[in-house]
Amino acid sequence: MNNTTIGEIVRGDREVFPPYLYEAYQSTRRRAPTLPLIDVPLTLSELTGPGPAMSAVTPEDADLTRNAGTGGEAIGQRIIVTGRVLDDHGQPVPNTLLEIWQANAAGRYLHRRDQWPGPLDPNFLGIGRCLTDGEGVYRFLTIRPGAYPWKNHPNAWRPAHIHFSVFGPSTLSRLVTQMYFPDDPLHGIDPIMQSVPTQAARQRLIATYDHSVTEPEWALGYRWNIVVRGPYATPFEPVKLVESGEVRS
Amino acid sequence: MSTFLLTASQTVGPFFEPCLLRDGACRNDLTGPATVGERIRIEGRVLDGDGVPVPDAMIEIWQADERGRYNHPDDAGTAPLDSDFTGFGRSGTGADGSYWFETIKPGPVPFDAQQMQAPHIVVTIFARGLLNHLVTRLYFADEPTNASDPILQYVPGERRETLLAGRVDGRVDGRDQSRPYIASGDASNLAPVVYRFDIILQGTGETVFFNL
Repeated sequence: MNNTTIGEIVRGDREVFPPYLYEAYQSTRRRAPTLPLIDVPLTLSELTGPGPAMSAVTPEDADLTRNAGTGGEAIGQRIIVTGRVLDDHGQPVPNTLLEIWQANAAGRYLHRRDQWPGPLDPNFLGIGRCLTDGEGVYRFLTIRPGAYPWKNHPNAWRPAHIHFSVFGPSTLSRLVTQMYFPDDPLHGIDPIMQSVPTQAARQRLIATYDHSVTEPEWALGYRWNIVVRGPYATPFEPVKLVESGEVRS
Repeated sequence: MSTFLLTASQTVGPFFEPCLLRDGACRNDLTGPATVGERIRIEGRVLDGDGVPVPDAMIEIWQADERGRYNHPDDAGTAPLDSDFTGFGRSGTGADGSYWFETIKPGPVPFDAQQMQAPHIVVTIFARGLLNHLVTRLYFADEPTNASDPILQYVPGERRETLLAGRVDGRVDGRDQSRPYIASGDASNLAPVVYRFDIILQGTGETVFFNL
């Protein structure tokens, strides 16, 4: 993976965002753009976005252990995943929609295109959503997903992860990413995670076990904060900061 | 200046559909009974560097209403907001890479205190193999104000046409085959005006994407 071809086309901060072409992840080869992304001034179209208008969730949506609607509970290690959504100035992003999806405890997705022989769980859909509260805090109850095989290369396995989709206040803050679990031996051999260019940025995709989140006789707790681009940041600013040697907290 | 470091993007992967395209989350039709404006249909395909359809992409759109107002607290415009229009759409792609939206043509929105932008729709593309999403803009090929649009001036002239959706009047033969996500067989409410907007991820005719 260290010898993979990495494309020049990047988005925004090149210390944070993966390149579009990362050959070790084969699906990038024919889908990555080959021409530079064009820098443009930010207008009302980018400084607004659908986030504030999206609010249709119910409390049950955030409980993946029971939201299959079967009356039964999903099998697996029950976990709480919580944290805050912040912007890059450290301000909380309140009342914004998070959508998550994940494999079941055996590493199987409820999806017609996932056909490996891991067992399905009739009580687990693997989908959830919630809004952050006024302080940007979100909270899901789910089960720990399993690792699963994929066909990217021989004996390829994805580390356990939960997919997150976040809106935030503007077009700039839109983010789709994946949360990983600590101490997973598959991190180092996963091209999708390794496409993130720096160790620091990869580390920020890994949740922390937090015993203060763990609930006795109930569920283990993980904490994971998400930082999205704020409404007035520009895509170029962070790179300039690095070049000028300014401290980034 | 102290900066909180951003969370990196990761691909949406192949398995997002049950979550992101579930009932209520998939929004092909942006209009309601009282939405004001010219009803239009947007159709297109997502193609990869070999010209092969991308059957597992997700397209999100964001647009102003007919009067050029965004349904957003930071839009300080004074025209009344259309109470039956959010301006957000989300579509999957079919086996042939096709997506569609039923919406209205947006009004012009400000660029700065002096200039206006030509009517446009912000288009965001997610897919397996896209480690970051891609953002582009749909402009209307038959819109005369494109010539003075300040954002289009940043796009090299020979690539601008990748952002122009061409108008196709009337029904096109075979359209039904390209609409796998259509909810019902009732075609009577479909917009009579269709704009075609193909998204080419790579290679010849590669769509212009913005660094956002």
